[in-house]
Amino acid sequence: MIVRRWVEGVDERLDGSSFISRNLRKVFPDHWAFMLGEIALYSFLLLVLTGTFLSFFYLASHQPVTYAGPYQPLQGQTVSAAYDSVMRLSFEVRAGLVMRQMHHWAALVFMAAIIAHLIRVFFTGAFRKPREISWLIGIGLFLSGIGAGFTGYSLPDDALSGAGLRIAYSIILSIPFVGTWLAYLFFGGEFPGPDILNRLLVLHIFIIPLAIFTLLGAHLAVVWHQTHTQFRAPGRTEDTVTGTPVWPKFALKSIGLAFTTFGVIALLGGLFQVNPIWLYGPFVPYSTASPSQPDYYIGWLEGLLRLWPNWEFHVFGHTIGELLLPGLVVPGLVFTILALWPFLEARLSGDHEWHHFAQHPREAPVRSAFGAAGVAFFVVLVLAGGNDVVAKFLGIEVDSFNTILRLALVLGPILSGLVTYWICRDLRDRPLHPLAAPPSVTFRRNAAGGFDEIETEPPVAGHATEEPDRR
Amino acid sequence: MSAVAGSETAVRRRILRYGLLLAVAGQILWSFRPAPGRALTAQEAAGRALYEANCSTCHGLQAEGSGSGPSLHGVGPAAVDFMLSTGRMPLADPAAQPIRQPPRFDPQEIAAIVAYLTAIAPGGPGIPEVDPQAGALPRGAQVFLNNCSGCHGAGAIGDSVGGGQIAPSLYASSARQIGEAVRFGPGVMPKFATADLSEQDLNSIARYVLWIRDHGDRGGLQLGRVGAVAEGFVAVVIGLGLLLVVIRLTGSKT
Repeated sequence: MIVRRWVEGVDERLDGSSFISRNLRKVFPDHWAFMLGEIALYSFLLLVLTGTFLSFFYLASHQPVTYAGPYQPLQGQTVSAAYDSVMRLSFEVRAGLVMRQMHHWAALVFMAAIIAHLIRVFFTGAFRKPREISWLIGIGLFLSGIGAGFTGYSLPDDALSGAGLRIAYSIILSIPFVGTWLAYLFFGGEFPGPDILNRLLVLHIFIIPLAIFTLLGAHLAVVWHQTHTQFRAPGRTEDTVTGTPVWPKFALKSIGLAFTTFGVIALLGGLFQVNPIWLYGPFVPYSTASPSQPDYYIGWLEGLLRLWPNWEFHVFGHTIGELLLPGLVVPGLVFTILALWPFLEARLSGDHEWHHFAQHPREAPVRSAFGAAGVAFFVVLVLAGGNDVVAKFLGIEVDSFNTILRLALVLGPILSGLVTYWICRDLRDRPLHPLAAPPSVTFRRNAAGGFDEIETEPPVAGHATEEPDRR
Repeated sequence: MSAVAGSETAVRRRILRYGLLLAVAGQILWSFRPAPGRALTAQEAAGRALYEANCSTCHGLQAEGSGSGPSLHGVGPAAVDFMLSTGRMPLADPAAQPIRQPPRFDPQEIAAIVAYLTAIAPGGPGIPEVDPQAGALPRGAQVFLNNCSGCHGAGAIGDSVGGGQIAPSLYASSARQIGEAVRFGPGVMPKFATADLSEQDLNSIARYVLWIRDHGDRGGLQLGRVGAVAEGFVAVVIGLGLLLVVIRLTGSKT
């Protein structure tokens, strides 16, 4: 009621349109799988909040200092000022460690939600015309998230940070002709360059978040304008949207989801240790611990490096290093295909129509097969990125495990693609989904004592339908 | 010509004679070699009985080795004590990498076997005296992170090292076992002589490894200290998993 009065007050004074009240009445589909993107959004909000706290204490400096904090095994050791500041944050700043851990867990949940959201959009064909723009922006967000994750991982200047940067430096070096120049340009000299921490910090807390904010704004604006897709159901058409109005139901529910997301991440941050840099020790160029892994959403890139044969080419007297293909070319191809998928699919299927209905995976067996193959590809690579840990966990030797993974990288996608295709086609051709409840028939007793069959189901309470202006 | 030939024959004879003399002298000296020649002490005799019953099938009656086990000459008391006290020996399957198990022998029996093998197959690094309390934690952390964590992990939880081998977790090791492993280098592990790591460094490593077992868990559950693999698992399964349950329960199904 209060909100209504405010809104009317604002509308009256701006003499506008009923812009606000119109948008507050806007109808949003509330299928549960459509909330994945919101989880990513709220994780990002928490990342900004906790990250701001961390930035009050972090110092991006290679300057050697003597550690004099409370963690006994490092007392008296020479560490970088950056590492020292993160140690101080973790041991001396009040609530510093839980903030740091929440920040790290929020990043992991953020990327998990993005990946889940991407998978949902892919398998339901929600990227189809006219929503290719949202898809492209989404891929941009995914890439920005990876960039944010990598730069953040590199900031504490512990042993893992250094190992990751060393790999990044080597991959840049492998770029033909300009690799050395680029590496020197970015790191400010021979590894570990004198300027790198400062540059990573600017990327991590300014440029990449700005990119994410911009893309996120565009993503939401486009979704707002174009509306969500929705699944086919009785009473729904291509030209209408059925769901809950933004105010109050959808907004309140969404705020609830925001606090749930904060709560789950706070729970992780308080219960589970993440990235204990005091155990890893400060980065020294000649020392790396094992196991040494990146966060899982970069794990597939690590897996590519671990599985790829050490091929090195010599072209016109120039050496093409062995890191170029697995480090840049293959990931580049993967992301190109992913980004262009809506256009590739339209070209392959010849379907250039507008679609506002989301599909079930079974309705598009070929797409689902490609999707399953892609998921298998990434899963194998993420396992390969942790091959030493997974092999020890499974009790098999790591060399045999590598052989299995190499085979699985080729056969896994093919097999899962074929099986998915077969299952989807089978389900599509059946009149009834095997897991769905049989359609119910409702009767009502009439005045004469007989029974009338009620044709259409009454609309779900609280749901509204509107005809959006998508043009 | 004949004079020359005659002198050659004389030289040959002389060589033969001295050679024979040397061989006999060698034989006599060999029979005075310390180990089996002299009478065994009571402890060594006990060790001999245990050795012959449990070890000699693979390592040979004189510790000379066989097709299924290496010679023990020169491996040293540190190696023998380590292998027996960690239960890695005796090994059921000679082809497998020995792994830590409950020891087959009690400390006295192990000491007896060590004494017997020291008598018949001398040489190699002795059992180091390790005193963790005399070590310094910061030095231990530094030496551990530069020399040990590459295979055993920064959390000392162990990892795969390739070639069918694993670097084991150090959580079950005693200070003495840590010292022995450093000195003789079991399996693919490098050995570190006192010139590389001093006695004091060894004390410090032992102190650090024993310390991080019970410390360094600031922040919550350690997730096996395996790092990002376990963290990713928790984030996806528990973090996203809980949120999936929530949206599934609160969202519409159609």
